[in-house]
Amino acid sequence: MSPLNLMLVVPLIGFLICLLTPKENEGLARTIALGASLLALVFGLGMIGLVVAMPTGFQYQTDIPWISTPNIHFHVGVDGFSLWMVLLTALLTPLSILASWKSVQHRANLYYAFILLLEFGVLGVFVSLDMFLYYVFWEISIVPVLFLIGMWGTEQRSAAAVKFFLYTMTGSVLMLAGIIYLYTKTNTFDFTQLALLTANIPHEARWLMFLAFLFAFSIKTPLFPLHTWLPDTYASAPTPVTVLLAGVLSKMGTYSLLRFCVGLFPNEAKEAAPWVAALAVISIIYGALVAIVQPNIKRLVAYSSISHLGFVVLGIFAFNRWGLDGAVYQMVNHGISTGALFLLVWFLEDRRGSLAIADYGGVARVAPWLSTAFMVATLGSIGLPMLGNFVGEFLILQGAAKASFVWAVFASVGVILSAVYMLWMYQRVFFGEIAESIAGYMPDLTLRETAVILPLIVLMIWFGISTTGLLEPISAANGALLNLIEGPARVAVMK
Amino acid sequence: MTESQSLWLIPILPLIGAALNGLLGRRLPKMAVSAIAILSVLGSFLWVMKCLSALGNLDTPHAEHYFTWIQSGALEIGVDFMVDRLTRIMLLIVTGVGLLIHIYAVGYMDHEEGFSRFFSYLNLFMFFMLTLVLAKNFLLVFVGWEGVGLASYLLIGFYLKEKFAGDAGKKAFIVNRIGDFGFSLAMFLIVITFGSLDFTKVFEAAAKMPVEAHAGILTAIALLLFVGACGKSAQMPLYVWLPDAMAGPTPVSALIHAATMVTAGVYIVARASVIFDRAPIALDVVSYIGLLTAVVAATIGVTQYDIKKVFAYSTVSQLGFMFMACGAKAYSSGIFHVATHAFFKAVLFLGAGSVIHALHGEQDMRNMGGLRSKIPQTFATLCFAWLAISGVPGFSGALSKDEILIAVHGKSEWMFWVGVVTAGITAFYVSRAMFMTFFGEYRGKAHPHESPLSMTGPLWVLALLSAAGGYLMRDLVHSIGPETASHGDHGSLEFIIVAAGLLGIGLAAFMYLMNRGLSQSVAKALGPVYRLVYDKYRVDEFYDAALVRPIQAGSESVLWKGLDVLLIDGVVNGVGRTASAIGGILRRCQGGHVPSYATWIVLGAALVLIGFQLVGGGR
Repeated sequence: MSPLNLMLVVPLIGFLICLLTPKENEGLARTIALGASLLALVFGLGMIGLVVAMPTGFQYQTDIPWISTPNIHFHVGVDGFSLWMVLLTALLTPLSILASWKSVQHRANLYYAFILLLEFGVLGVFVSLDMFLYYVFWEISIVPVLFLIGMWGTEQRSAAAVKFFLYTMTGSVLMLAGIIYLYTKTNTFDFTQLALLTANIPHEARWLMFLAFLFAFSIKTPLFPLHTWLPDTYASAPTPVTVLLAGVLSKMGTYSLLRFCVGLFPNEAKEAAPWVAALAVISIIYGALVAIVQPNIKRLVAYSSISHLGFVVLGIFAFNRWGLDGAVYQMVNHGISTGALFLLVWFLEDRRGSLAIADYGGVARVAPWLSTAFMVATLGSIGLPMLGNFVGEFLILQGAAKASFVWAVFASVGVILSAVYMLWMYQRVFFGEIAESIAGYMPDLTLRETAVILPLIVLMIWFGISTTGLLEPISAANGALLNLIEGPARVAVMK
Repeated sequence: MTESQSLWLIPILPLIGAALNGLLGRRLPKMAVSAIAILSVLGSFLWVMKCLSALGNLDTPHAEHYFTWIQSGALEIGVDFMVDRLTRIMLLIVTGVGLLIHIYAVGYMDHEEGFSRFFSYLNLFMFFMLTLVLAKNFLLVFVGWEGVGLASYLLIGFYLKEKFAGDAGKKAFIVNRIGDFGFSLAMFLIVITFGSLDFTKVFEAAAKMPVEAHAGILTAIALLLFVGACGKSAQMPLYVWLPDAMAGPTPVSALIHAATMVTAGVYIVARASVIFDRAPIALDVVSYIGLLTAVVAATIGVTQYDIKKVFAYSTVSQLGFMFMACGAKAYSSGIFHVATHAFFKAVLFLGAGSVIHALHGEQDMRNMGGLRSKIPQTFATLCFAWLAISGVPGFSGALSKDEILIAVHGKSEWMFWVGVVTAGITAFYVSRAMFMTFFGEYRGKAHPHESPLSMTGPLWVLALLSAAGGYLMRDLVHSIGPETASHGDHGSLEFIIVAAGLLGIGLAAFMYLMNRGLSQSVAKALGPVYRLVYDKYRVDEFYDAALVRPIQAGSESVLWKGLDVLLIDGVVNGVGRTASAIGGILRRCQGGHVPSYATWIVLGAALVLIGFQLVGGGR
């Protein structure tokens, strides 16, 4: 078995074992979950060498027929783009499990089982090279989210779950329609073949498929005005799960936009680019403005996520090397920084039981290390140089400026606003007089929490300074994509 | 290619200091914390000296490449450092003045909570500032540029429990971000135009381009860079953060908000002089903004009572002079003023700090007076800085200010006269501060005591530099080139400038020494005008009403509660209610029936598939 298949199987087996563990034994379930997710991470890390050496093609491919009619294969593989999405997922999952460690008592075995199922689904999405298989994984990833919100969520969880479900199902149905339509025109679900075959599809049909995909992925990302599920969902989910929603599930949207919307329908994507970019810029500014006035820390970070993902979409639809490189780089780094922020928000929530900014104040003086970690994550989020997000944002904006300078001007406003909402929140929570409500109980980071947050902080700094290890394979994969969609092979087919 | 000087050690040493004090400082004794902080900067200073002596007179710039930072497509950005004659001056100022202020701060911060945190931030500032001046490309400058902004933010908000300190820090960072917005856009244009951010490549290519009579790409780049400079160097209309930044500890005001960081804007304009030279429209804008800022800040300075606020507005005003020099293409004169200003303004702030220290935190000059005999060392050193900023001949401030105003005269006569009057006002309000603080009767309640040697020592060194520093550095600065207009006979102009300064001092003496009540009656006579200036022209209030509040209110009621919750969610929920079938599925799904959910997906898929077959798309 290839490391990729092992990596997929391990969370699935973990899921099944957790289901079977007795529900009163939370310690066993979480240990199994942590072990399984760490093992998956090890397999993931093991793939780096080969993929980085040959980032333009799909490595560790498995291609076995699954259903003969229609012709569906179990076809998976990773390249210099998807590998990082895979690793991000494999990294954030154990951190999320470790963050949940003591706070889940109610049916803990199910909780951890669903987290592993979620990992299985998301990993599958990132490695599927068969469109139908991809769809199956996509759906698998949704189910555990519904349960995790419905059973362990906070606030108005059922309303949030309904909204999430409505949005997601709309997207799923459209995507499924697109995939099947694609199959009827090309007779294959295989991504590696489709990339060339789509050129033969009639113009109108191609547009329909492109729009179906675009709509589905814009919901997932989300892109304005399809974003209103996000704040409720993020706020209602247990915060360690929000880490995964914001850190990796949102990347399913942007990953798919690049791989499928752009990869399969480059001409349509190019024509639609001004419109999508406009929506991306609106998302950037809109998300930031609404974040400013949020009274709830978690919702604030949720809206900031909308803004940040707008940058990623903008980079993709800038349609040049800089924009694409920046977008993918930002996907990884946004996963890290937002993951870190939600984890830190969780640490606060875990201590004080509140997410209202007004309930905090002066935390810096009682919990200096927690505050320092939060500051680093804040700075990462607002794109301070020497931290990873800066590199991604810079390349995205540079690419956007090349495509249309006006886009860069408006998007850069989002960079200013990010400082406004993050620093204002930080000030109210961490500076000032020590709030009465926290004076009693606000211990500093525990050893377990340090183990959760430190890897992310190290990565933020690492990817901010030493970028080439990550950026080179990404850039190579993007170069191959640009060659494919603009190169002779496809042009020949077009004729 | 000269041999490597390991320039990277210059910023890295303070970074190590920052890391040590940041991670371990809370467990270390104060002695160790101070030693780490000071020795790391001393090491940096000595290494600068060693490198500069090895590099000789720098006929050609010395560059070092360490590694590739970002590579995407044809764009390659390296971590590259460079020392040329401009960098040389900046390195000397930053490490030299920085070292003295670190030493001073040990005494000043002795009784403060968060001693190690303070020095960790201060060292961190040194790291970023040195990166800024050593960088060989715009993006690396930007690293330092935003980094010093961070250090400034952290240090302004150093007194954690004070709300105004947190507000001031946040304001500084955000206003600087507005400037950085311009800087970033300038970088994007530079990359698009020149395909690189490397100084050598960009400036060589720019040098071949013609002077733009009408606004062109170079004008756009220059103006956007200047937006960045306006943020960092507190020029109109982005100066509002600097007076508030005085909420930070006084050594911070001296080092960051007077001597070094705020001059980064002047540095970048001088650095990009090749571009500015070819963009006369941009140069005019630089001149006008510089002049306007100099005048506005000087007038506010006349009315303030907080000793640090007076010096803060004087910093804003002096920075305006530096930009006036740049606007007149006298970049080296601008940098000359950066150097002399670093000395005398550091003394003014450190001296003010010593006064505040002596009075246990009192900053209002109305509660001072007569301190001349009580803290004589502080008074004596402050006198050097006072005479220097007033432009009294023989002190270094006069040298650079004369050069600037003479260069401005070459550009435009009316600007020269406005500049001269502003120089007079400058002399007036600094003298006013001196008289109110040190002369007359003591009006306060605290018992003043002279500061320890660790504070007066650095003060004396800087005081002597306020006098002699200009003469010591003149040749070094002028080696930057190009030749300025200061050569030749400008005797009459120099006379006018000196006279303006002396008049300012004289008028202040008349109003604050001889006729104590006069200032009040003048203020009363001017009524609303005085009130407006005293309230700093209500610029902050204007920004608040025109920008901050509308953005907040609009985001809250229009975007969030209107568009998001009412409109979009309303539509979504409406759709949700009508689709009752989906609702049925949902209920069961929430009940925990995974199979039903899966069935629904498969059924849906099958339906869609059949649909396609019927439409005739399938094969």
